[in-house]
Amino acid sequence: MSEAASLAVSRDRTLDRLMGLAVYASALLVAGTFLWLLGDLLWHGAGRLSWSFLVSVPTNAGRAGGIGPILVSTLLILGVAVAAAVPLGLATAVLLAEFLERRSLFGRFVGLSLDVLAGVPSIVFGLFGNAFFCIFLGLGFSILSGGLTLACMALPILIRTAEASLRAVPDDWRLGCAALGLSRAAALRHVLLPAASSGLMAGLMLGIGRAMAETAALIFTSGYVDRMPSSLLDSGRALSLHIYDLSMNVAGGDANAYASALVLIGLLILINGTSLWLAERWLNQRILTL
Amino acid sequence: MTQAFDRHILFLPQTNGDAYTLGPLQSGPPCCVPEPLIRVKDLSVHYGDHPALEHVTLDIYKGCITALIGPSGCGKTSFLCALNRLTDLISGCRVEGGIRIGIQDVLDPRLDVPALRREVGMIFQKPNPFSLSIRRNIEMPLKEHGMRKRAELDETVERVLIDVGLWAEVKDRLDRSALALSGGQQQRLCIARALALEPAVLLMDEPCSALDPLSSGVVEDLIGRLRGRYTVVIVTHNLAQARRIANYAAFFWLHERVGTLIEFGQCRQIFEAPAHGLTAAYVNGAKG
Repeated sequence: MSEAASLAVSRDRTLDRLMGLAVYASALLVAGTFLWLLGDLLWHGAGRLSWSFLVSVPTNAGRAGGIGPILVSTLLILGVAVAAAVPLGLATAVLLAEFLERRSLFGRFVGLSLDVLAGVPSIVFGLFGNAFFCIFLGLGFSILSGGLTLACMALPILIRTAEASLRAVPDDWRLGCAALGLSRAAALRHVLLPAASSGLMAGLMLGIGRAMAETAALIFTSGYVDRMPSSLLDSGRALSLHIYDLSMNVAGGDANAYASALVLIGLLILINGTSLWLAERWLNQRILTL
Repeated sequence: MTQAFDRHILFLPQTNGDAYTLGPLQSGPPCCVPEPLIRVKDLSVHYGDHPALEHVTLDIYKGCITALIGPSGCGKTSFLCALNRLTDLISGCRVEGGIRIGIQDVLDPRLDVPALRREVGMIFQKPNPFSLSIRRNIEMPLKEHGMRKRAELDETVERVLIDVGLWAEVKDRLDRSALALSGGQQQRLCIARALALEPAVLLMDEPCSALDPLSSGVVEDLIGRLRGRYTVVIVTHNLAQARRIANYAAFFWLHERVGTLIEFGQCRQIFEAPAHGLTAAYVNGAKG
């Protein structure tokens, strides 16, 4: 080998090594940020965490006591948001991916609206939710208003990921279904939606993640009240709002804010893991038994 | 064979299946008294403004294997897709002319397309079993077409898997994923899935070209065994294969970027005594 060639080879090797180092470093940085955050929360908040913290009512403006009613309100708001967003989102995604031409005017219009909506700041959603759900529809400051507002917020991301995962299903299967004389509904139900299910689940998770972490939009819609809600039309304080309130407005509320944040993150991890596990199991089950 | 489906749109009830002949056949000679099942008249297929195929007139005979040969892009697949109206799925695709299968006008806009596609099955180049179990791959379309009884479903699954020679290989793992099968097995499963719907016609778009030589041979033998029971139209780039299995051959060619039918005739005649110079050049490997 000539000297120039061996030089080039060693230069290439150095480049390769540098690149390896760079990608590992980036990945470590990302994982490290998460671990740091988690560590910090655990350090400050784990001491407060107990069963009674999860179920008891907050006292002294949240400085003492637990987060029972807040947890219930959060889950109710989330439930309303999911119940409203999933059918709407799925139907829209099916329309966009399966029924409309990629370049059709209506499809492009819907796509554009979604992309704009996805970028709208949450405070604007909050004001919209307040004007529309609380005042115009007369739902007042309630869990229902908050949940529906969150559904509006989660819809764009939900629809876009669901659409992408449906589009990722190979056309072979669409043709195969059509060639067997299956209706579009049957093709969707038996073949296309199951094939896209992990993507659909990922979209749902992203949507739920956004909804769980949302604070600004809820200030104007579901309200501040930290009592145990007795119906969906009651006001209820979400966990994220509780954290915000404790850390910004309540002096001496930091410890409980940390513990609440820890619960919020734990909840996110739990929901994420469960749904991915369910999606996997559901897929396997369809293959195995049905 | 049990008659699972009472609704047929291609035949009058009393004539259904009468003229089918069974029996071993060699390549070349006609398998039966030629009785046209599919009559194509002056068929043209356009994608947008561009014609892919023009002025094709041809009869396809019942119970026979008809091979469509010719270079890529000369409209063979478009021809095939027009026969079961799969062209409906392609945006901007326009089909003109006349296609009759049995008593049915295929291009009739009021036609019950799913019913047509049940009776005109299609096999694709790339095996496309669904990500369901082997059993469900066959059962699901059957259920969608109205077969409900468990016993009938089980009987059909077993029968079609035996027909394609897959039963012995998969009978112990019917509930495993069909995607775990090898390429050749997947393709045979796809054929079984189509046969389960009791079609009269099977359209095959290069069914062996994505398979290894061994599986390709197995599938080819299977196609040969379908002769007589089904009317098979097969697109193939493998001339030796066309020669081995087909009774009739249609040679397509690209004329000024538009596909046309050059010659149609008995397989042996096309390969041994082609009437057209282009056919002779193509089958001898001098062109295309």
